[in-house]
Amino acid sequence: MLRKRIIPCLDVDEGRVVKGTRFVDLTDEGDPVDMAQAYADAGADEICFLDITATSSGRAIMLDTVRRTAENVFIPLTVGGGVRSVDDMRAVLRAGADKVTVNSAAVRHPRLIAACARAFGSQCVVVAIDARRSGDGWTVHTRGGRTDIGIDALDWAARAVRLGAGELLVTSMDRDGTNDGYDLGLLEAIRRRVSVPVIASGGAGGPADLASALAPGRADAALAASIFHRGIHTVASVKEDLAARGIPVRGAA
Amino acid sequence: MTSIAVIDHGAGNLVSMVQALRRVGAEPQIVATSSDLDDFDGVILPGVGATGAAMSTLSHRGLIDPLLAYEGPLLGVCVGMQILVEHSDEDDNPCLGIIPGTVRRLSARTLPHMGWNEVSGRDDPLLARLPDPAAFYFVHSYAVVPDNPSAVAGTTTVEEAEFTSVIRSGRVAGVQFHPERSGRLGLSVLASFVDGCREVERVA
Repeated sequence: MLRKRIIPCLDVDEGRVVKGTRFVDLTDEGDPVDMAQAYADAGADEICFLDITATSSGRAIMLDTVRRTAENVFIPLTVGGGVRSVDDMRAVLRAGADKVTVNSAAVRHPRLIAACARAFGSQCVVVAIDARRSGDGWTVHTRGGRTDIGIDALDWAARAVRLGAGELLVTSMDRDGTNDGYDLGLLEAIRRRVSVPVIASGGAGGPADLASALAPGRADAALAASIFHRGIHTVASVKEDLAARGIPVRGAA
Repeated sequence: MTSIAVIDHGAGNLVSMVQALRRVGAEPQIVATSSDLDDFDGVILPGVGATGAAMSTLSHRGLIDPLLAYEGPLLGVCVGMQILVEHSDEDDNPCLGIIPGTVRRLSARTLPHMGWNEVSGRDDPLLARLPDPAAFYFVHSYAVVPDNPSAVAGTTTVEEAEFTSVIRSGRVAGVQFHPERSGRLGLSVLASFVDGCREVERVA
């Protein structure tokens, strides 16, 4: 049986892991390669790096971080942040990433999704959708959640998949950094619209939140950051808790 | 040192495969142009992406004949496993035809089949040392259907449908999962492959 995935996410700025609350107020938390290794040892199913600098000097540092991680950590690595072109994606994949997320650039130029899927295969193209509740639905936000571009998040999800996205990383901007739990309504609505795997993001406060996000009809994977970084919960303890709740997860390996 | 050629067909994360092979004590070398593979103790055909693109790059780079001429241990990974058979429905393209069979689309509601899943079967030397159950990382929407059931060395179930996740025909094997991305147990599968190459080397 396919297991539900637990994905620690590391926000990386100039080669250091930081964690923001609602994308501001950043605090330094450690070396990304060491942290990725520790998470892999604890049973993480994938690692996600989000490059939050995306300046030209920051990008070179990020590629080096990706390379050192891929050389030492033998589980899948997803990298996102500032990917604007097929060449950007190629550089990240060549450095050793298995999957690359595209976000704002894909919203501005949806054909980027198709171009990347054609060049590298859909399986490594993850479209990140930052969604915020708006009336009865959700709208897509860009620029780290600051700008509402007025596009319906469910329509965008369906379009991204048609263009070639192999997976969706769905972040609730309302919940991100709050530890109040994932936006379950958003996950259910996206799940009903698309047939590719969905990663839940934004709002994890504890194992019960991950269990809710990974229940049938919701997400295939759950991404979490601060609950792991600050040692409130370990990946291993969260997985034990999920297994006890009947969620199929992989044991530490 | 056991020398392993890692065939570069243009797509895929070769960094991981090369580093994983180093980690298990092999000496990997990326091969991206037409060359004699006979000097290698083993060959790995890695891969992500699509079968059609992989075959056309192999053809373009003059790597098909050396692969067909190679007589040592050969391991195909993911798309590298798929192109070992005769034909793929993915791009309706011919493949290497080393093992009789066809690549067909998985029957599952959520595709790609992405994540960690179990592999059943412990008779193959690649799997013999593994605990049971053991889960590996998969990411694919197509899988091999071998003509001969005896080529099935391991199976995996997705949404109640079983598919062939490990094939074997003599010295040629394929795994649909990514051993280089499957943690400690994945490295163990690669170590078993490298051990097999070393034994062949000793006999020769």
